Amino acid sequence: MQDSLKSSSYQQLEKKSKYTNMFLRWFLYFILILFASYFIFPLYVMVVTSLKTMEEIRQGTLLSWPSGLNLESWAVAWGGRGYGAGDTFLRPYFWNSIKMVVPAVFFSTFIGAMTGYVLTKWRFKGDQWVFLFLLFGCFIPFQAILLPMARTLGVLGISNSVVGLVLVHTVYGIPFTTLFFRNYYVSVPTELVKAARIDGAGFFKIFFKILLPISAPIIVVTVIWQFTQIWNDFLFGSTFSFGEAAPIQVALNNMVLSSTSVKEYNVDMASAIIAGIPTLIVYVLAGKYFIRGLTSGAVKG
Amino acid sequence: MFKWLEKNLPKIVMAPAVGLIGWFVYGFVLWTLYISFTNSKILPKYELWGVGQYVKLWGSRKWLIAVDNLLIFTALFLIFCIVIGIILAIFLDQKIRAEGILRTIYLYPMALSFIVTGTAWKWILNPTLGIQKMFRDWGFENFTFDWLVDREMAIYTIVIAGVWQSAGFVMALFLAGLRSVEDEIVKAAKIDGASLFTVYWKILLPMMRPVFFTSFVILVHISIKSYDLIVALTQGGPGISTTMPALYMTQTAFHKSQVGLSAASAMMMFMAVAAVIIPYLYSELRRENAR
Repeated sequence: MQDSLKSSSYQQLEKKSKYTNMFLRWFLYFILILFASYFIFPLYVMVVTSLKTMEEIRQGTLLSWPSGLNLESWAVAWGGRGYGAGDTFLRPYFWNSIKMVVPAVFFSTFIGAMTGYVLTKWRFKGDQWVFLFLLFGCFIPFQAILLPMARTLGVLGISNSVVGLVLVHTVYGIPFTTLFFRNYYVSVPTELVKAARIDGAGFFKIFFKILLPISAPIIVVTVIWQFTQIWNDFLFGSTFSFGEAAPIQVALNNMVLSSTSVKEYNVDMASAIIAGIPTLIVYVLAGKYFIRGLTSGAVKG
Repeated sequence: MFKWLEKNLPKIVMAPAVGLIGWFVYGFVLWTLYISFTNSKILPKYELWGVGQYVKLWGSRKWLIAVDNLLIFTALFLIFCIVIGIILAIFLDQKIRAEGILRTIYLYPMALSFIVTGTAWKWILNPTLGIQKMFRDWGFENFTFDWLVDREMAIYTIVIAGVWQSAGFVMALFLAGLRSVEDEIVKAAKIDGASLFTVYWKILLPMMRPVFFTSFVILVHISIKSYDLIVALTQGGPGISTTMPALYMTQTAFHKSQVGLSAASAMMMFMAVAAVIIPYLYSELRRENAR
């Protein structure tokens, strides 16, 4: 008897908690979707605006659907209108950015891999301090090096050039790439390296035969991180280059700010999407590695 | 000779990194520090002038506005990013359907540049054709949202766009933190009759202290360095109402040609960052050594 009493009240309780649970679940999804719309809203607005004509933009609202697939503003953003002076468009600057990103990512990743390798597998007295010395470079505000860098690039004769930007991005990428590789190689058993050394393998052989084959994940993380950082950079691009040598973010900003003629928001939005698309594609395709870079760039160890 | 080379090969391989960072980071910071004590205008002068530039800096109305803005921005940026990040992380941690898609949506702004972000929000927030018009067209005829062109409120538009860009990052940090907690701890608490709220509030969030610390450091770091977003969104305007230290520094150096003064402002930024980063690195290293 006591048993049945207990079970009925228990059932009641369970029923009640089932309703509250359901309510909580709905609330949960409601909040999550609410925030999702906040995050997706600007992207949606950018895409639909880029597909509208200026007439439609003036008549409709931010959210209204474009009348058709109007790709003209995309063509203008990418290739211009075809009248010489004052016609800025993104194509040449897009290639500037590619020419800047590829070598800068390669050099900084290579140097970071080598340095990380030495710091973990060829340890020496004080290597902790060397690591700290390099690590601090991740955090300096670049304003503190802008003035001497501008002068140095001038002295080297590579100011306002893609080569100059490659140098800048390579140097200031090294602290991050070293951090990534160092933290990855730390977890590789040192016994492997020791055994190879006893077998007579040298410095480079150990790197290429033992460490490089297992480095694919961290290389992907590093390349994605560096690619995103350098592609999205504006401070260095705008300080050390102007005119024809500018990377895409600088060109985008100039296009949007140029106050000649009527403001064409559809072209602005198409340009912004073009400037953002390479990193977005990388993010969608390799989100896992992107996030790993973000979190290990932040939470070391 | 060959022997020496072989023995020192690791150090030789490491030399480029150490040399480049030594020169381009430490050397350059010292150069900037030195210049901040000189009376350099367009070209650097190497004759020491004392702390005149710092006196001038802290007497400048524009710099004081920049520092004020930085404090407002940092405080709001921190609060909103961390609160939104934690809410999203905890909610996503409830065995949610479509978690992957939601996570992707929350984090994608991190893949965009601040210039792209600024361009998009500038369009959304512009009073003539943006949100304000949208609400008016929907029948709210007195709806006003013109913060972008309002001296008093423009700084908050930078907060809106900044939070949009970075809140997902905090979410990712906390989600990773929550997932690393062992299930047993939560199970044990639930058996003891703790509600889900108590589990998070009393047990899990206190365990996330290192994640709080990391988020704090990274967000403060982002906000001290914020430059691109302001350039794209407001150019420091209306007037000089949204100037921030990073913008002040480049404008003083490259538009006003006050190299000494801008070096002083750069050193102030450097010190602000160092004040946050050095304790962080110290504690991280100690944690690592303790392992």
